[in-house]
Amino acid sequence: MKAFTYEHPATLAQAAAASHRPGAKFIAGGTNLLDLMKLQVETPTHLIDINRLSLDRIEETANGGLRIGTLVRNSDLAADLRVRRKYGVLSRALLAGASAQLRNKATTGGNLLQRTRCIYFYDVTKPCNKRVPGSGCAAIAGFNRGLAVLGGSDQCIATHPSDMAVAMRALDAQVETVNAAGETRSIPIADLHRLPGNTPHLETTLRAGEIITSVILPPPPPGIQFYRKVRDRASYAFALVSVAAIVETTGGRIRAARLAFGGLAPKPWRVPRAEETLAGAPARADSFDTAATEVLDGARGYGGNDFKIPLTRRTLHAVLAEVTRT
Amino acid sequence: MDPDTSVPLTRRSVLETGTAVTVTALTGLPQIAPGAEPTNDEAPPAPVAVELRVNGKVRTLHLDPRTTLLDALREHLALTGSKKGCDHGQCGACTVLLDDRRINSCLTLAVMHDGQSITTIEGLSNGAALHPMQAAFVEHDGFQCGYCTSGQICSAVGMLQESRVGMPSYVTPNLADAHDALTEAEIRERMSGNICRCAAYPNIVAAIRQVAELPT
Repeated sequence: MKAFTYEHPATLAQAAAASHRPGAKFIAGGTNLLDLMKLQVETPTHLIDINRLSLDRIEETANGGLRIGTLVRNSDLAADLRVRRKYGVLSRALLAGASAQLRNKATTGGNLLQRTRCIYFYDVTKPCNKRVPGSGCAAIAGFNRGLAVLGGSDQCIATHPSDMAVAMRALDAQVETVNAAGETRSIPIADLHRLPGNTPHLETTLRAGEIITSVILPPPPPGIQFYRKVRDRASYAFALVSVAAIVETTGGRIRAARLAFGGLAPKPWRVPRAEETLAGAPARADSFDTAATEVLDGARGYGGNDFKIPLTRRTLHAVLAEVTRT
Repeated sequence: MDPDTSVPLTRRSVLETGTAVTVTALTGLPQIAPGAEPTNDEAPPAPVAVELRVNGKVRTLHLDPRTTLLDALREHLALTGSKKGCDHGQCGACTVLLDDRRINSCLTLAVMHDGQSITTIEGLSNGAALHPMQAAFVEHDGFQCGYCTSGQICSAVGMLQESRVGMPSYVTPNLADAHDALTEAEIRERMSGNICRCAAYPNIVAAIRQVAELPT
């Protein structure tokens, strides 16, 4: 691990101001950042420990939603009875991720900002455009079994590893931030993560010195909430494909559907056209198949990950059959 | 005729050349990127004072900020019960209780826990009397080599507490229920962050079931 200096500011303003120091990084749970620092993938020269900021509460908002402080631990968020009863898809997605030890540490904001688990990003002896811009991508012609079939570029096919963010994408969450000047901003979660294009090292739309303070969940939409994760082990593995679904069905017809996918793309993936197709459609295999075709529009395999395309179709079928079962 | 000298291509040269080719093929040509090798030419950072309550005793340390909680326990406090397996949060051998919640001590810095309480495997027993989870692991032979055991036991103690206060798991059937039964499937899912290379899992589960007062 490279040497760094350390501070634990007592206020948000101090934390945001400290982040302008060159080489500075925030640390909260640290379960991803320290892993990367040990491998020298991340080499901050100054760590700003934000664990003492009072951002660890879950509060109801005036319109019936929830405000989740950025320091709320993944295990506490998953266990909150309001989340379990009104946002089951989020609780289930959180519980599908990592291990209990990691969830006890990992935070809401940190989960959103975790880095890809692409093995070439982790291996500092290999080229990686995300880690060293312009160095090339070893994954595209390499071992790419876990990597993206949607949203990638000829520079990078890394996936975003979060389960939590996939559920939040289906719930249309908003990410609230503040900067050193005290200016706040609310970013739709759809706009938080960038696609790699020619700049895979730029992963989010956060600005320098901007710090996530909370995630807002709007009131839950009507319908059944469901999270299905397909992975190599029954527990404690990243998603090959995951689906967060919120589907309302009446009399054998789908009224409304929201579908977000993990494991497929550099960000939680949602395709409005597929959801529009399902709205008003009979809850039958042919409707599910049309939606799957729309979800997979533009999908491209790179050899090792070709299987994700049919796997996504089948997983979506299974999920839609489950949530529309009466 | 001596086969080793009768032909220009000797058996030894074939073996040596073959070996050299194999090594090149295995290591691959992409060389280590410049600057990727760890360097030790930088001055160590100034030590930071940290006060930890470890197994009920307040311990004051002056640590390089890079020191993980695991290294602080093992290298600075001589509490070597917590084990370093992968050092990347994947195996669970380093599991300790931080303010009574289980965490991977390898993936956190000691300086981040100033003023907090840590319980390690050394702090679970009451004098010579083993903690019930330790006794159950002995009774059920919940280990072979024993390297993962202190992490398994600390994790199991934290897990039972999580279950008692109603925290759900991925396999909890109905999330809306405040309390669900701790079944064998629940134990296996909740313990998935602790890997046992010897695969003593059936006995580990039996030990935990006994402490959870489930029929074994």
